[in-house]
Amino acid sequence: MANDPIHQFQITKLIPLEVGGVDLSFTNSALFMTLTVALSAGFLILSTNGRGLIPGRLQSISEMCFEFVANLLRDSAGSEGMKFFPMVFSLFLFILVSNLFGMFPYFFTVMTHIIVTAAFAVMVIGTVIVYGLMKNGFGFFKLFVPQGVPGALIPVIVFIEVLSFISRPISLSVRLFANMLAGHITLKVFAGFAVSMIATMGAAGYAVALLPIAFTVALTALEFLVAFLQAYVFAILTCMYLNDAIHPSH
Amino acid sequence: MAKKSQQPTGNDGANSDTNNTGNISEEQLGSRLDSLERQLKSRRKDVVDSERRQGDSAGFSAALRLSTDFVVAILVGAGVGWAIDRFVGTAPWAMIVFLLLGFGAGVLNVMRSAGLVAENRALRPGPTADTKERKIDN
Repeated sequence: MANDPIHQFQITKLIPLEVGGVDLSFTNSALFMTLTVALSAGFLILSTNGRGLIPGRLQSISEMCFEFVANLLRDSAGSEGMKFFPMVFSLFLFILVSNLFGMFPYFFTVMTHIIVTAAFAVMVIGTVIVYGLMKNGFGFFKLFVPQGVPGALIPVIVFIEVLSFISRPISLSVRLFANMLAGHITLKVFAGFAVSMIATMGAAGYAVALLPIAFTVALTALEFLVAFLQAYVFAILTCMYLNDAIHPSH
Repeated sequence: MAKKSQQPTGNDGANSDTNNTGNISEEQLGSRLDSLERQLKSRRKDVVDSERRQGDSAGFSAALRLSTDFVVAILVGAGVGWAIDRFVGTAPWAMIVFLLLGFGAGVLNVMRSAGLVAENRALRPGPTADTKERKIDN
């Protein structure tokens, strides 16, 4: 079917490869991850190559990216959190660039697969738990016991806090995945309306098809906003969770 | 255009005033700063617009966060309860209890995202030394 809205998310093997019974094929998803890393790393390296004291246009862009994430991290996790800057910056840039890659027609959107976003979320929460335990020892578990709670309520509150903590990696991954997936499906469905209207209604179809095409244009703009906002939300939540690891007492 | 030509003369007048008296009172300075701020704001429409746009994107990201935070916590509560039931064999009680706790966690998540519960964390951004002191007090 020509306008099957799910078809765009199919993973195809570009270079089949199997090592010891494990499928390690180079897929279209892997291709776009590689492109994302190559583009973002290449851009940052080339644009800051001149190391101008007065930045040129390209250097300004990379400095703006840097400062944007640095301020985000410093505001929510303090200057102690800056040791996590490489992680947060790479996450932000990877999500942003791969989402923007997905806006090209016929390109694959890496973040429409929950395994990718879940891996990121598990990495973030894993860092929070490991670093929190390393730095604070068992004091990290004070995260689950808010101060100033009456003694009788503490068991209930602890369960609620634990559930809230478990829900974090899930909501982190589901939010990013679902927004990208839903956005791309919506775009495809609306564009498909135009195609099928023209196919079934003939000349009158061209006039009616203007409506879904106008929607597609508007949705494309919205998708660009969502692509940025999802990267921003992921980065800011990472910062907030890292703040919990650094200062665990509520 | 007429406004533009007026303002420099006004400023010149103010400058000569300060030169005559030698010092300016804080009040004068404050009111002058205020009027300058207002003039700048009306001129730099773009700055105000970009500020508003920032507020918009912050609100948008909060909205994206609130919905998933609430739903996911409930699902996690139900899932944890179901798993406990499965392994301990207390069906359906753990699932009921944890579903309710999940609702609580969802509300907590939403209030935290909206910045309604975050204040006790914001009060003490201090390092661990602060928390250690508190522990001794307790």
